[in-house]
Amino acid sequence: MNKLIVSPSPHVHSGDSVQKNMYGVLLALVPALAASVWFFGLGALIVTLTSVLACVLFEHLIQKYLLKKQSTIMDGSAAVTGLLLAFNLPTNIPLGLIIIGAAIAIGMGKMSFGGLGQNPFNPALVGRVFLLISFPVQMTSWPVPIAARGAYIDAVTGPTPLSVVKEGLSAGRPFSELTAEIPSYLNLFMGQMGGSAGEVAGVALLLGLLYMLIKKIVTWHIPVAVVGSIAVFTGVLHLSDPQAYAGPLFHLLTGGVLLGAFFMATDYASSPMSKRGMLLYGAGIGIITVLIRIYGSYPEGVSFAILIMNAFTPLIDKYIKPKRFGEKPAVQKA
Amino acid sequence: MLKTFSLGGVHPAENKRSANSPIEVLPVPPVVSIPLAQHIGAPAQALVKKGDEVKVGQVIAQSAGFVSANIHSPVSGKVAKVDQVVDASGYRKAAIIINTEGDEWVEDIDRSAILVKEITASPEAIVKKIGEAGIVGLGGATFPAHVKLSPPPGKTCDVLIINGVECEPYLTSDHRLMLEKGEELLVGIRLLMTALNVKEAIIGIENNKPDAIAHMEKLASEYEGIRVQPLKVQYPQGGEKQLIDACMGRQVPSGKLPIEVGAVVHNVGTAYAVYEAVQKNKPLIERIVTVTGLSLARPANFLTRIGTPISALIEAAGGLPDDTGKIIGGGPMMGKALTSTEIPVTKGTSGVLLMPQPLASRKPVDPCIRCAKCVSVCPMGLSPYLLMPLAERAIWDRAEEENVMDCIECGSCSFTCPSSRPLLDYIRLGKAKVGQIMRSRTAKA
Repeated sequence: MNKLIVSPSPHVHSGDSVQKNMYGVLLALVPALAASVWFFGLGALIVTLTSVLACVLFEHLIQKYLLKKQSTIMDGSAAVTGLLLAFNLPTNIPLGLIIIGAAIAIGMGKMSFGGLGQNPFNPALVGRVFLLISFPVQMTSWPVPIAARGAYIDAVTGPTPLSVVKEGLSAGRPFSELTAEIPSYLNLFMGQMGGSAGEVAGVALLLGLLYMLIKKIVTWHIPVAVVGSIAVFTGVLHLSDPQAYAGPLFHLLTGGVLLGAFFMATDYASSPMSKRGMLLYGAGIGIITVLIRIYGSYPEGVSFAILIMNAFTPLIDKYIKPKRFGEKPAVQKA
Repeated sequence: MLKTFSLGGVHPAENKRSANSPIEVLPVPPVVSIPLAQHIGAPAQALVKKGDEVKVGQVIAQSAGFVSANIHSPVSGKVAKVDQVVDASGYRKAAIIINTEGDEWVEDIDRSAILVKEITASPEAIVKKIGEAGIVGLGGATFPAHVKLSPPPGKTCDVLIINGVECEPYLTSDHRLMLEKGEELLVGIRLLMTALNVKEAIIGIENNKPDAIAHMEKLASEYEGIRVQPLKVQYPQGGEKQLIDACMGRQVPSGKLPIEVGAVVHNVGTAYAVYEAVQKNKPLIERIVTVTGLSLARPANFLTRIGTPISALIEAAGGLPDDTGKIIGGGPMMGKALTSTEIPVTKGTSGVLLMPQPLASRKPVDPCIRCAKCVSVCPMGLSPYLLMPLAERAIWDRAEEENVMDCIECGSCSFTCPSSRPLLDYIRLGKAKVGQIMRSRTAKA
């Protein structure tokens, strides 16, 4: 007989693992990747491959040569960061910038805080915002979907629906007139618009979210809170003056809202632990996004909103605790 | 929608391999070893010494306080010695060892199978009898049953909840008991209702046992005030607080007992033992033990005399599989890993589970990724991810503020953790330390 193992209970495990969750997220991003390749072709492939490879490589090099630890790139988390970074970049961005972004995302965003699970900010967004601030021109030139398929750096570019509407509204033109210049809501949902590689196809992102919910990789709280708060906030503004403010559907289907709400805001390490905390955090992201979009100087604000709420996560966790058993007052006996 | 408890919970693979194995009577073993501490509370005091002749059902150790329990001889024969033996805790504890000779019972025990339905005893007499018979919570908690039937002054009970949940994977002893001893069980429930002076009893059964639900519903229809509550399969529904919440929607406040919300919970096994004690004058000398495991040849449910070494049960179930890596007394979620096959069955042994080698070891620990799954599954609404580092770093005051004492040690957090972190190990440490600190504080005050 073998030696008996004596250890405290529980003696069984769910079989869940870091890898299962990370590869699950990667799988959930496949529809969006496919949509990206469909709309942006060559550029989408080059940007995605470069970003994923660079992130994985940087993590490996830092762990092996700087920290002298065992490399854990096989856990899939660096690949997730790489894919999400790529999804947040235009598909005509030069290779050098992607590599810089990957170095910042992994090096500064993740490893400098202690690696997996320790990052206070979403690493991919740290990389993206670094690039946006440092290389604003390259980061805001958007290839035109389908037309840009065969080209990479020299792809045909055009404005995103968000910038068309923002500029139009601030020039005093009514929203009803501007809707003629942007794709239909159906086309927006399907992803036929200018934008970052992975953010355009709402339908693909929604599929990915459903997969993650079924696999219990994430819960509904953060995505619903982000989407719900944006819908309510922009809905109220739109109702108050339908010509001065775009409607909720426009805000939800354009820019990075769905990618942000489903995949960026739900980053484990940088989001709160309690359900109530998640709802507050998600609502904060939604409100800040709308404030930036409508009153800020950028047409898009999801990345900043997520990073700002990431900073509040420790505070939220400190003050907003999970609902306790017995919190509900006991029913009075008859 | 089937009822269940409101917060958290997990659903481990059920693996109830022995669910269709009828209860078999295990032969009386040649030697039994009966630990004096097989219940919560003070260990019983031995009344016999080496060389004494004993009969089945004779008191051999006496309750040593209010929270304690009598122990009766499960066999007839001669006391070999009163010595220290390793029990399920892994430590050496005092035990009475008896060499079996024949099977001679104390005369006034009714060993017939005749069902005695009529209840003649008064509430006080029932409680007294239960105390004398050494009955403890047979679900595994082993809390002396008579104590739960004596509500503290000012508190009243209005509902008796009978725990037929058996939410632990693998275990089937309660399931088989409900199927095979349903009539007796209901009389036991009536006795408990009489003792507590309550008009309502709810039998909670998870719906992975549809046969038991149907059978008990049919039998219960003849009794006023007893009903079956089918429940959604969700671990740890057999926890007292979770079961009360699931059946009645009442939540026992932190640090309080079920009586606070007017409930008392007893396991089906306990109710059956109550029937035997009061109606048949038979003390607690045997229990049903599930012997199971993925590699075991013949998973079974044995009616086993207390003190039988588990090796006898394993032999009767087809022998110890070669790939055994761990032997668990109880279920896989809350059971104790045993140190040898010679550990005796005690009143709290609901099962013996043999885990094959690859499943017996824990997986390597990864860093916490803050996935919040431990928070989602905690049935008490705690933050295991936070309690573990607080205990690791000995920050006891913060652990207390984070309600570490509310933990019921169900293990859902460790079970779920994708990083296989030993959350419950550290939370247990936290509970022990914080408990000590709290006790010394009240002692000072």
